[in-house]
Amino acid sequence: MGRKAKFDETKKVKKGPGRKARKQPDPVFKKELLEDDTTEKKLTHRQKQRAAKRAKKKAELAEKRKALKQAKKNVAKQKEVTVEDEGDNSSDEETPQGFTDDNKEWLKPKQKGKQKEKSKPKTYKSESEDEDDDEDDSGNEDNDGSEMEVDSEDDTSGKKKVGGEKYKVGTLDDLFKDSDNENGDASSEDEGAESGGKLEYDSDSSAAEKDSDDDDDDDDMLPIEKANIKLKKKQKIDKQLADEEMQLNIAKQDVFAFPSEEELQNPASLQDVHQRIKDVVTVLGDFNRLKEEGRSRCEYTDLLLKDLCTYYSYNEFLMEVLMQIFPVQELVEFLEASETARPVTIRTNSLKTRRRDLAQALINRGVNLDPVGKWSKVGLVVYSSTVPIGATPEYLAGHYILQGASSFLPVMALAPQENERILDMCAAPGGKASHIAAIMKNTGTLFANDANKERTKAIVGNFHRLGVVNAVICNHDGREFPDVMKGFDRVLLDAPCTGTGVIAKDPSVKTTKDQKDIQRCFNIQRQLLLAAIDCCSAKSSSGGYIVYSTCSILPEENEWVVNYALKRRNVKLVPTGLDFGTEGFVKYRHHRFHPSLKLTRRFYPHTHNMDGFYVAKLKKFSNVIPEPFKDEDDEEIDGKTTEQATENGDVDGDSDEGKTKSEEKPKSEGKKKQGPVKRPAPADGAQPQHKKAKPNVQAKRPQVATTTNNKAQADNKVQPTDKINKKKNKNKNKQNAVQTDSAKSPNTNINTVKSPNVNTTPSPNAQGKKKNKKNKNKQNAAQTDKAKSPNTSINTSQSPNAQGKKKKKNKNKPANK
Amino acid sequence: MKVLSEERTRILFEKLTKYIGVNVKLLIDRPDGTYCFREKKDRVYYISERLLHLAQTVKPDNLIAAGTCFGKFTKTNKFRLHITALTYIAPYAPYKIWVKPSAEQQFLYGHHIIKSGLGRITENTPKHHGVVVYTMSDIPIGFGVASRTTAECRHADPLATIVFHQADVGEYIRSEDTLT
Repeated sequence: MGRKAKFDETKKVKKGPGRKARKQPDPVFKKELLEDDTTEKKLTHRQKQRAAKRAKKKAELAEKRKALKQAKKNVAKQKEVTVEDEGDNSSDEETPQGFTDDNKEWLKPKQKGKQKEKSKPKTYKSESEDEDDDEDDSGNEDNDGSEMEVDSEDDTSGKKKVGGEKYKVGTLDDLFKDSDNENGDASSEDEGAESGGKLEYDSDSSAAEKDSDDDDDDDDMLPIEKANIKLKKKQKIDKQLADEEMQLNIAKQDVFAFPSEEELQNPASLQDVHQRIKDVVTVLGDFNRLKEEGRSRCEYTDLLLKDLCTYYSYNEFLMEVLMQIFPVQELVEFLEASETARPVTIRTNSLKTRRRDLAQALINRGVNLDPVGKWSKVGLVVYSSTVPIGATPEYLAGHYILQGASSFLPVMALAPQENERILDMCAAPGGKASHIAAIMKNTGTLFANDANKERTKAIVGNFHRLGVVNAVICNHDGREFPDVMKGFDRVLLDAPCTGTGVIAKDPSVKTTKDQKDIQRCFNIQRQLLLAAIDCCSAKSSSGGYIVYSTCSILPEENEWVVNYALKRRNVKLVPTGLDFGTEGFVKYRHHRFHPSLKLTRRFYPHTHNMDGFYVAKLKKFSNVIPEPFKDEDDEEIDGKTTEQATENGDVDGDSDEGKTKSEEKPKSEGKKKQGPVKRPAPADGAQPQHKKAKPNVQAKRPQVATTTNNKAQADNKVQPTDKINKKKNKNKNKQNAVQTDSAKSPNTNINTVKSPNVNTTPSPNAQGKKKNKKNKNKQNAAQTDKAKSPNTSINTSQSPNAQGKKKKKNKNKPANK
Repeated sequence: MKVLSEERTRILFEKLTKYIGVNVKLLIDRPDGTYCFREKKDRVYYISERLLHLAQTVKPDNLIAAGTCFGKFTKTNKFRLHITALTYIAPYAPYKIWVKPSAEQQFLYGHHIIKSGLGRITENTPKHHGVVVYTMSDIPIGFGVASRTTAECRHADPLATIVFHQADVGEYIRSEDTLT
């Protein structure tokens, strides 16, 4: 900071040797400098003018007195006539002088004034009549003001001379009049300034007014009053400045110009991009008012997308996806939060110690920490530490484990009970699994599974360190785990994911993830979730719960996966038991999920200060695995495969082509792998079925609603429906199928519900599966050659999903030709 | 997961007795269920019967660990106690040694304990008996073998080794891969 200059002279520096004898004295400034600081800064132009006038008047007064004295002595009548002319001239000459500031300039008028004084007395009478008019003018005309002033002064001086004999009285009048004039001038100036509409001037003039008042009343005022006035003045000025600044800012905001092509081409500095992001976000926030004429919202969002990609270095795909999840304002917050790491949190191992003891021990080691929040009794946030937090004797002795706050959530949602059998399907490195064991107090059985053998070593290490003794650690592919063991009371599935919630931890996610990665992830997640549900036992007296969690925030990996499982297994969503977090999505783009997905929880880095996370808790209410409805299976694939049809050139495109296209293959593979889902659905791999995505989804909704209800009933009827399906496929007996559909199980009902999906395809032919079937032959027959090529292809693509049907059509096609 | 042979059982119990003395039988006769030692790939696991049954449903190839690993048999058929056994050894150990905070880190890096680092020691510790090492705040951080009796320690040179290092919790970081 350096030496502290004491500008205040009143405080004297102590002299003589202090504790440090060679103390450097406070700096001494010249008086002028000090005054500059303390007194008002530079006079404004107007103030200068006024000061000049004041000085001039004083001088004139003095001269007048002198002149009067002289006049008494010398009575000169000869000069009258000549002086009259001079007087006119002089007044003309004076006009320019009124504007000038230089000393020399305003010294001259004195002399002229003298001349005037000599000349005026006689001319006065004529001019005094004009006085009133002049004053009126001065009110209106700014420029004339000064001129008028001078004239009026002259007039008044003239008056004095008229009252020449009554010397003393006259002078007094003069003085009053002068002051009047002054005030009048000031006010006239005010008016002029106001008409100009500039606040600055206003303030200055008023300030100047006060100045003059001060000068007048100087003697009457106490110093404290003066100080008060000064302070008020300052405050006023400050306020005005602030106002102006604000207005400037507002003005700036108003004018966000959409950058031109060139500007977009040329890479701007990051700061510019950042500013532009802010601007665009504000524009999008109040689009109707702030938009530039002729620009669509699309253009703005595109610009924003590009800028965000540049600024935060994401790839465009991921940014697009994120933009669909968050509103722009929140998106920026999310991105910003994803840049900074979350605070380090540790979980107390309640098997070995208590949180208070641990906190004390760590504080003794120089660690600065706090409880993570009310929601957890075992979490501690580490703000700073003088020792490596992952290598203290306490850590090595297993008193705590480093674990993100978000990782507590799925275990809390799972709410394990003592003496239960629990499975953690993707356990490595064992943080959540050991948390489960700790909650169970080492009773019951914990199966910690991970597909990666290398990573299981971390589980072993952590479990032994933390003193978990009730665990079996195994290395299976989670999808095969139902073959190994079933009947768990609770299952935790912390599925592998793209990690879009933990970008702060692993920034490579920003650039490396694309649609295929996401597809790969959610296919695995779906299979894992089904496997997890299969592992769980609905008959468990205390449990039957499955918790699904990911550290991703993409709905594809979360809600969609859960929604998928809801349809395929006898599970329902239950509240997670976490009292914070935002609700899961029920709608996302064209997807319409089951309404109960509201019960799931999402956690974001920007709102909860923990890693992005998703937690869903499912309760299994029946161990029966409902027969997978083929149509449903396909429906999702249909959504995906639509685009292949478009690629083939048959159907008009849907917006999200690229995405869904490639989904198909991995999915079908996945299905083959799944134990229970062995239903044919297979054909899609070989011969894609094509439907529009959106209609499907709409059709999906009613199903979703029905499925959970129906499933219970359906359990019994699974077998028959299956037969029916087969019948349909094999016999091609449409009417039978229709009848059975309507008559029998809910599953088949769903089939009928489904059927419209098929029809949504653009082909003019299809109006319903049944009709389709009936009409097929006719239509095919009716098709002319020209119509044939596109239509037939559409037909194949639309063909109902079952293999048998397809084959049928294939047979038909050649027949038509 | 196979039952230990007679020979190996004897070797194991001899070793355990070195550290926890007669308390070994407390490991076997437990009120909360039967526990047993099982061997897998030369590793010895201490596991409850109940857990064992469940663990046996997992294919041996896929089973990584179950219960608590006590140590392993070396190629020369000696038993090496691993740090993972500390959970069970620490509470039962009759002879203990406390190290000063300054010596903690030394021990956790795998060094022997020298006299200057010695904080406290159980009375009547015999020579070459297994001792569990504690920090002054009573956290077990490993075990070793006493190189001197308590009496000898009193008169030992400040740089003389008091405890030979056998295992310490630093191994969880240093050699996580070889723990089991």
